[in-house]
Amino acid sequence: MIEITNIYKTYDTGNKALRNINITIEDGEFVFIVGRSGSGKSTLLKLLLKEVEPTSGKIVVNDMNLGKMPRRYVPKYRRMLGVIFQDFRLLKDRNVYENVAFAQRVIGASPRRIREKVPVMLQMVGLSSKYKSYPQQLSGGEQQRVAIARALINRPKVLLADEPTGNLDHHNAIEIMKLLDEINRMGTTVIVVTHSNEIVNLMQRRVITMDRGCIVSDEEGGLVHED
Amino acid sequence: MRISSFWYCLKEGVKNICRNIWFSLASVATISACIFLFCLFFSIVVNIQHVVKNVEGTIGITVFFDETLSEEQIRGIGGEIGQWQEVSNLEFTSAEEAWDSMKKDYFAGHEELAEGFADDNPLAGSASYQVFLHDIDMQEQVAASLKQLAGVREVHYSNSAAAGLSSFNAVIGILSLVIIGVLLAVSVFLISNTINVAASFRKNENEIMRYIGATNYMIRAPFVVEGIVMGLMGAAVPLAAMYFLYLRSVSYLTARFQILSRIFQFLPLSQIFPYMAAVGGLLGLGIGFFASFFTIRKHLKV
Repeated sequence: MIEITNIYKTYDTGNKALRNINITIEDGEFVFIVGRSGSGKSTLLKLLLKEVEPTSGKIVVNDMNLGKMPRRYVPKYRRMLGVIFQDFRLLKDRNVYENVAFAQRVIGASPRRIREKVPVMLQMVGLSSKYKSYPQQLSGGEQQRVAIARALINRPKVLLADEPTGNLDHHNAIEIMKLLDEINRMGTTVIVVTHSNEIVNLMQRRVITMDRGCIVSDEEGGLVHED
Repeated sequence: MRISSFWYCLKEGVKNICRNIWFSLASVATISACIFLFCLFFSIVVNIQHVVKNVEGTIGITVFFDETLSEEQIRGIGGEIGQWQEVSNLEFTSAEEAWDSMKKDYFAGHEELAEGFADDNPLAGSASYQVFLHDIDMQEQVAASLKQLAGVREVHYSNSAAAGLSSFNAVIGILSLVIIGVLLAVSVFLISNTINVAASFRKNENEIMRYIGATNYMIRAPFVVEGIVMGLMGAAVPLAAMYFLYLRSVSYLTARFQILSRIFQFLPLSQIFPYMAAVGGLLGLGIGFFASFFTIRKHLKV
């Protein structure tokens, strides 16, 4: 469970990114966080990743209070999270297999475990046949699938997706959302930051709408309407 | 650390070197220059110290005694001097031996001229002791003590010889330390620059590693490996060069300048190379490790 209580975040520049944010996300939920640019969506995601610290307030993820977490525990905490980005952030000098295996290698997994798990993940995201391809040989949708496989291979409890369909065409965007839905149905909590109303309306899941650092609505099966 | 992680870090470290090959080569070349100069000065200093030690052994203090003392009394004083801690060796020269030596030096070929002194040794009362010391720097102090002894008439010693050898040795030592220090600083700067370039090449990768939950140790390791490999390469090249250069130089100098071999006894390579290799290797390893370890710290924001 994720509990965000009375969170304020003001950057050194004086920009008040978040004001009195209170959110509770249960295990296995699928949540959209929507809002215009500068509404505070990405800051919220950075706080969950413990990339930035809140000015005040409390964040608890799976009974771990992030504010009281010593720095040395941050890598271990981050292994509970999977993260995907709009720009995929794949390693261009490595093929699909190596990109996915990379996530296991850097946490010290054994070669045997890597050999067992990578093909399973690639099969799950539908890229078994392209394991030797390099990112530049793949479409945007396929690259995002590789990023998802990399994010999921360490079996995270929560998947954070920052504009996962931002660089994709309509068809690929739908396919990626279907994949995220499937992952959610297997028990992983999925939090998607997006400003694609079309995707949000299609999925009909919980929608948290932010504006100027505040939560303006939080609805189950919510829909977003064009202004 | 798992063996697989070790190999992974090693592979990534070597990859980093190849990725920035020119920067890496510049770093290796600077470390090589630094360690080569270290080896060069090391060989010069240890050889000079060896020669100084040999020469020190031949520079002694000559002590003359009152003419009224018998040889037995002189030998008694000699026995007392021999007990001193600073003294390594004593050589007694009787008045007869001193006269025989003078005859050889000054009347060679004209021995008949010396016969006039057959029954009247002109050096009677010139019995002396040559006093050799463990440390030539103690010469002045020991000479002063010798002058205080009852029955001692005169004490002769060469102050300038001792001071000259000591200061020459010190100058060589200081000069080599300064040059090595400057090169060390340049090496650290260059390695640090190379690691910075490697870190900016791998910025994306490091960022992904952080999000995935890699520890700082795992992120840092390939860069430290890179630094260590460059350091060791930088040490291996000059050590190999020095091995052959020393052998060739010694055989050339002793063959070409035979007079040198009378004054200079070069130390055999087997006696100095193990120390040179150990210090040179550690120097390369140290430069590589510390430069990379501290440079990469600023790229490790959790």
